[in-house]
Amino acid sequence: MARPCLRTRSIPRRTDTPARKRAGVPVLRGLQTQASSRLFRASLLSIFLVALAGSVIADEVPELKFPVPEFSDHPIPTASVPNVDGEVGTFWDIAILLVALSLASYFTLVSRSRRNVLLLTIASLIWFGFWRQGCVCPIGATQNIALAIFDPSYVVPLTVVAFFILPLVFTLFFGRTFCASVCPLGAMQELIAVRTVAVPRWLDHSLGLVAYLYLGAAVIFAATRTGFIICRYDPFIPFFRLGGNTDMLIFGSSILVLGLFVGRPYCRYLCPYGAMLRVLSCFSKWRLSIPPDTCINCQLCEDVCPYGAIHPPTVMQSTGKRKKGKRQLGIALLAAPVVIALFAGLGTIIAVPLAQWHPESRLAEQVRLEETGVAENTTDASDAFRGTGRSVDDLYAAAIERRSRFVRFGGLLGAWTGIVIGIKLVHLSLRRRRDDYQADRAGCVSCGRCYWYCPVEKVRLGLIEDISEVVPGYEPAPSSPLVQLSEVREKME
Amino acid sequence: MATEHQQDRRGFLADGVRVAGVVAVGTLGGFLAGRRGYASESRWQIDPDKCVACGNCATYCVLDESAVKCVQCFDMCGYCNRCTGYYTLEGLDSRDTAAEDLLCPTEAVIRTFVEGKAGQNFYEYEIDTDACIGCAMCVKGCALMNGSLYLQVMHDRCVNCNECAIAVACPSDAFVQVPSDKPYRMKRAVVGVIQQKAENSDQAAQQLINRVQTDG
Repeated sequence: MARPCLRTRSIPRRTDTPARKRAGVPVLRGLQTQASSRLFRASLLSIFLVALAGSVIADEVPELKFPVPEFSDHPIPTASVPNVDGEVGTFWDIAILLVALSLASYFTLVSRSRRNVLLLTIASLIWFGFWRQGCVCPIGATQNIALAIFDPSYVVPLTVVAFFILPLVFTLFFGRTFCASVCPLGAMQELIAVRTVAVPRWLDHSLGLVAYLYLGAAVIFAATRTGFIICRYDPFIPFFRLGGNTDMLIFGSSILVLGLFVGRPYCRYLCPYGAMLRVLSCFSKWRLSIPPDTCINCQLCEDVCPYGAIHPPTVMQSTGKRKKGKRQLGIALLAAPVVIALFAGLGTIIAVPLAQWHPESRLAEQVRLEETGVAENTTDASDAFRGTGRSVDDLYAAAIERRSRFVRFGGLLGAWTGIVIGIKLVHLSLRRRRDDYQADRAGCVSCGRCYWYCPVEKVRLGLIEDISEVVPGYEPAPSSPLVQLSEVREKME
Repeated sequence: MATEHQQDRRGFLADGVRVAGVVAVGTLGGFLAGRRGYASESRWQIDPDKCVACGNCATYCVLDESAVKCVQCFDMCGYCNRCTGYYTLEGLDSRDTAAEDLLCPTEAVIRTFVEGKAGQNFYEYEIDTDACIGCAMCVKGCALMNGSLYLQVMHDRCVNCNECAIAVACPSDAFVQVPSDKPYRMKRAVVGVIQQKAENSDQAAQQLINRVQTDG
């Protein structure tokens, strides 16, 4: 944006005394014509300047350069500021979230209605996304909670506490119903997941770790008051608010375009809150089960799940393979502590770039560059810093102290990375027997798409008479699912 | 039999984790909610004494038209004829109303003649809030004189982001969080005057002082 340049005040250099700065001497030089045209003011001003030059107490309330005139019949109006507008009360905020979570859990677990889940998804997108403009959201609330834990002086609003905790508790009982149809970010991606392709397992597993690292970084940056990076890099905020800076619009659009082909890319690979819910969802009391009755192993649900969250039944392992698997588990268990220690060490090395995220550390660096004459131009921030009269040494000391704190936090972040990788390695070495198609405990977002395709569900709803109508050649056998599976496999061969 | 055992073990583990999780989350929630004490929800605001009028407010707000607008504090205004918040430095001498002589890009500063006194003409400057875009040009100009113009986050527009995008971009750390029942700040220099006015049962001043955070 081109603006006519107005030189407001000469940049106070280091040699300036506070008195000179306060009186604005360099500025007034340009306005002398005005001062001379107002004799009584000029005299006032000179008295004022003398007084200032004599003694200036730092915290004294500054006097006006030109006194407010007294008019014969014109009272001086008072400035006015608008009242807070459009604020939804804490009670309503929490109540709406609670209702949405309850409905989501009811629709996925009890009424098993994909249509209702979808309607709720749209409603949530409109309310939490476009109406409330994406704030407050549980994903961002994570940072407020982290800051509140580390910094007792920070007062966290009740709404934020409720938004953080309620979805966690619901997940412990009903699985990730929050992700399915309450979260506006999830809703946005849910609605555009139309042409999804399967992500290769190895890629899915590795990218899934990114969310945990993001969570760790967000907590550390929030705890040190460096910034709320989850909010800063929220890809959908520009859409909810219909405006934003170019970088975020590009980032958001790419996530949306990617979302057409990869189901819920943000939820699966970035969302820090989703990372927490994934863990909790493993221990949930109830969760979405695909067929309402015995699974017929038709594989329709696995094909249709856009998020790769449905696993086929396992096949019996040979003894040799099982032995190999056990050895693998042993190695993973032994490797985990090494990985944790290694990453903790690496974490301490990145302390400097981590600390550099803090605006004051960047300011300290800029001021240092200016002091040593490397940087020729000052920035707004360094000008503002010099205007405050704070000493350069004080700034440096704060920056150095922060850097040493970040060595500790960097180590913690590294250790967290190690723990995440270690647990992943162990988890990948574990095998769990499945007799039928099951939704992944962690990965399933309870969207209920599989309900639409499951033949057993269709029979339950009375949409079809018999399963053989949609699965040709299917004959209900009294045998166990495992036997059925082997039969299917034989047929395929 | 073995599977049933396994199922039991798994179920027990899950139950344990679930109970522990609920207890932990509940404790955390209770702890944090209890610590809130008397404090209310917070809102973003600009400390006008720290603001350097860099112009970031106009460009960094997530809203198309920034939530930050200019406030004219009449009780600090010198009612100058040669207003450096109204005219560009080049325009100060001619003082005609040609657009290139005016600072405000949206004509949001309205100048009205008030009175001629002691051979001086005094003018009142008002901000047309609908037209103001929060670019801080006038604030920067006015800082040369009395500094009666200052920026505030207008809470009929602000969407109260968890992390204010302008606060991130603010070079002088002027963005603060204030309780939402008193979501405004004013210049320290004028607090006393407004309080005086409010005590003299000036309704506008009472309303203003009720919305302004004066301490800290």
